[in-house]
Amino acid sequence: MTNRNIFSLPYSEVTPKRDYLSRRALLAAAGFSFAGLRAAAATKLTGYRKSPFSTSEKQTPYNAITSYNNYYEFGLDKDMPARNARNFKTSPWTIRIDGEVAKEKAIDFDALVKMAPLEERVYRLRCVEGWSMVVPWIGFPLSALIKAAEPTSKAKYVRFETYFNLKQMPEARYAGMPFPYVEALRMDEAMHPLTILSVGLYGETLPNQNGAPVRLVVPWKYGFKSAKSIVRIRFTEKQPASTWMIANGREYGFYANVNPEVDHPRWSQAKERRIGEFGKRDTLKFNGYGDQVASLYSGLDLRKNY
Amino acid sequence: MRKLLSTGWTKAAVFAALAGPAAWMAWQGYRDELGANPIEAITKGTGIWTLRVLLISLAITPARKMLGLPELIRFRRMAGLFAFFYGTLHLFTYLWLDKFFEWPEIWEDVVKRRFITAGMMAFALMVPLAATSTAGWIRRLGGRRWQALHRLVYISAAAGVVHYLWLVKAGVMRPGSYAAGLGALMAWRGWEWLRGRRA
Repeated sequence: MTNRNIFSLPYSEVTPKRDYLSRRALLAAAGFSFAGLRAAAATKLTGYRKSPFSTSEKQTPYNAITSYNNYYEFGLDKDMPARNARNFKTSPWTIRIDGEVAKEKAIDFDALVKMAPLEERVYRLRCVEGWSMVVPWIGFPLSALIKAAEPTSKAKYVRFETYFNLKQMPEARYAGMPFPYVEALRMDEAMHPLTILSVGLYGETLPNQNGAPVRLVVPWKYGFKSAKSIVRIRFTEKQPASTWMIANGREYGFYANVNPEVDHPRWSQAKERRIGEFGKRDTLKFNGYGDQVASLYSGLDLRKNY
Repeated sequence: MRKLLSTGWTKAAVFAALAGPAAWMAWQGYRDELGANPIEAITKGTGIWTLRVLLISLAITPARKMLGLPELIRFRRMAGLFAFFYGTLHLFTYLWLDKFFEWPEIWEDVVKRRFITAGMMAFALMVPLAATSTAGWIRRLGGRRWQALHRLVYISAAAGVVHYLWLVKAGVMRPGSYAAGLGALMAWRGWEWLRGRRA
């Protein structure tokens, strides 16, 4: 799995999941084992373990997760990233680590995926727009990278910067937002065991439209906090401004914790539509992860710190 | 050209063209091709076509005068009624598939969320226009009063554009292009009105 080619194969050349699944079914019927097929489905990830943090809820189908994306650099409509990110170049890829650290450095993607054992984390994802999914991410705790980065005592926040290049992302000009996209977490949020860096989903490397090759996943916050295609992680003393805070600070705050009691100024957050379902369900505080994360915010007025 | 515009066939073709987007959405829905969130696709599709058809109906008078094709008037009522049709679909998608007829919630939306307020206003202003669209009503009201009433369409279209501007998260250029389109159509009317006064 450390073979460079495995990660550099363009998404357009990947066998569609439907095809290889039916191919597998055929071969299985003929008595072949799946092991020999690894080369054919070249972006498969192996050797990851299950996580006790995973939900057993019904997972959103692969097709929905990979065709319904908010990734404004690749277009404003949900179906545009899947089309426009097809030739996005994700290899070679390095993440710059800087700011309040013992020593600034760059981590190569191959080194990054070896920082900690990969795990499957089946998480609920709640978008600020009022829809949700259940996604089987593959990744590792962000805390592993933070420890390796050796932040100084001054490091209070972690700031994530996304890849941006207008040549590869011409649609970005229509978003009317400042890019590169920036998100940030408080140090304790970033160190929380639920917070992961994801490199895959459904047992495969991340499709480009889902934030390849590496993205953040913070399951108790609205989806926009989970920055995609990360190229820089900076440790800071002061709270960084995120892209959405700059674009529209009245509507998007630093915390963005999922909270049915605090409405978005333009719509209610009390309910959500799970993708694939007709009716709506009640939104859970902290997206249902309150037992694990509510203590991070004790004493904080969540209405003011939205 | 003018003869062609006067035929029943042309009218049928315009009808088919204006019904096309709804038929296409229904077909895609039936084939499950509206994407991962079909209800959102229907909401956006019916909304954008309400605005488009409304702007088409507002473009008919300028087009008649500029192109010298008075026959185009035959399509104005049809376009207006199709705008009302798409607006009704859009409203019911919201009332049913988004709110499931939870009236207290809907009322809260209308008074609290300004983009909903604007959208509701745009729709409400179309209702009397659709209701008085028949020849009988033109007669009953008298041409002058009927025309005055139907100028409400300008406010409805403006409210519709504002509804769109206020609802987007990012990318103001799209609703902005509709605002520019409506602005151009209204500027033409303003210019005509000024010219009429001077003459």
